[in-house]
Amino acid sequence: MHADAFDRYYHAESPLHRLDPRVKVFLTVAFILSNALLSDGVWAAFGLAWLLILFANRFSGLGVEFSFKRSFIALPFALAAVSAIFIPAGQPLAEWTIGPIQLVPTDFGLMRFASILLRSWLSVQAGILLVAVTQFPDMIHAFEHLRVPAILTTIIAFLYRYLFVLTDEVMRLLRARESRSAALPGLKSGGSLFWRARVAGNMAGQLFLRSYERSDRIYNAMLARGYQGQMRTLRSHTMTRRDWLILSLGLFALIFLQLLARL
Amino acid sequence: MPHTHPTHHYQLPHFEGDILQITDLHFSYPDGHAALHGIQLCLAQGEKVALVGPNGAGKSTLMLHLNGILGDSGAVTVAGLPLNPKTLPQIRAAVGLVFQNPDDQLFSPTVFEDVAFGPLHMGLPEAEIHIRVDAALESVRMSAYRERLSHHLSVGEKKRIAIATVLAMNPRLLVLDEPSAGLDPRARRTLIHLLRDLPITMLVSTHDLALAKELFPRMIIMDEGRIVADGPTLELLQDQGLLEAHGLEKP
Repeated sequence: MHADAFDRYYHAESPLHRLDPRVKVFLTVAFILSNALLSDGVWAAFGLAWLLILFANRFSGLGVEFSFKRSFIALPFALAAVSAIFIPAGQPLAEWTIGPIQLVPTDFGLMRFASILLRSWLSVQAGILLVAVTQFPDMIHAFEHLRVPAILTTIIAFLYRYLFVLTDEVMRLLRARESRSAALPGLKSGGSLFWRARVAGNMAGQLFLRSYERSDRIYNAMLARGYQGQMRTLRSHTMTRRDWLILSLGLFALIFLQLLARL
Repeated sequence: MPHTHPTHHYQLPHFEGDILQITDLHFSYPDGHAALHGIQLCLAQGEKVALVGPNGAGKSTLMLHLNGILGDSGAVTVAGLPLNPKTLPQIRAAVGLVFQNPDDQLFSPTVFEDVAFGPLHMGLPEAEIHIRVDAALESVRMSAYRERLSHHLSVGEKKRIAIATVLAMNPRLLVLDEPSAGLDPRARRTLIHLLRDLPITMLVSTHDLALAKELFPRMIIMDEGRIVADGPTLELLQDQGLLEAHGLEKP
């Protein structure tokens, strides 16, 4: 009964897996930034960005369509941009009346919506690919090298580690409640809504107390083993000539993409 | 001192025959690990049975099937009711399952609220709930702890409260997962007296063969998801070869 639903690392032997995590993190962030900088409707540049993603997928050893297949998870969030369709600019395409509200989709709005959708979709794919080919400790290590403050990386590392422990704890609490949620023939079971809400509230409180006490115990265990506020790993990463080459190629491709978008 | 619960209303319907029948129960965890291979088991009313076997034998998995936390097949019949989604609430009233770790069992801030959870959920009247909580705490000798905070008790105290939480539901069958694990000798002795005095059918998994010998006339040995022996405890404990083959030590 263990929750490992959060781990998104897929093991494989590939050039992308072997690449230095700093290069991967840096190029992913640069790619997302580059997408954000593309103006609306530069379809050629969006196409090129997608080619780059396909290219990266190809070298991940996970299949060309890997990140595409998993990218739909972010679609609901992109729906927040739906209102862009109704920007009052350009040519109106139709006119919908829903009760007192009148909606007029425009061609400019539609193009803007499509661009937002494409940008987020491409960026999400880059993120998906990054976590699929980089082990979590390596990623944290990369953040540290890229001068992300230690307090942040430590919090992220612990959050990740204890998310699993906490989920297990939640599952055990729910199982205990389920186990005693009984009924007798002829009696209405389940209690009042207010009582059930109170039990759920108490359980949330229990979870907080247990996590709090556990964090104390863990911190003591860390101090007992000489913790001084810094996580150290044995995985010493050194940039090889190949890493530098791929970093430069990736940056060059992104600059080219930006220039293409501005032609 | 045999303890009797003071209430006779609000009971499960009367039935005759075995309290628990399991026929050909199989179970695999979602990760593919097969935990139970064709379990056959009958428990008569009033029997006290020990379930022993090495870690990973499937004892806890079997116990989680007895009140429908795991499994969905029609292999389990409790108090005359075949286990299915419709009978599940009644079966949970009939089977009192006590988890190995009392922290897994207790989820309310105070002892009283935890013991009252089962009766409250059943929809019993308030007066009856108070009678049941008092009786349950009395039978585990924890009456003085009514208003205490559960998570500040010792392991032995938590164990007894955990047992009280299911006793308050007046179960027909008490299922305990390693009740003596982690207890000091005195807490263990208190537990033995408690289990001896409870007039309920019991199925108790344990590594403590001395406890099994003292309390349970019948013993079931499990290994690798199968029942490998089922018989009088004293006889099985004489069979050195059998015990050794399944990682057990004669007490």
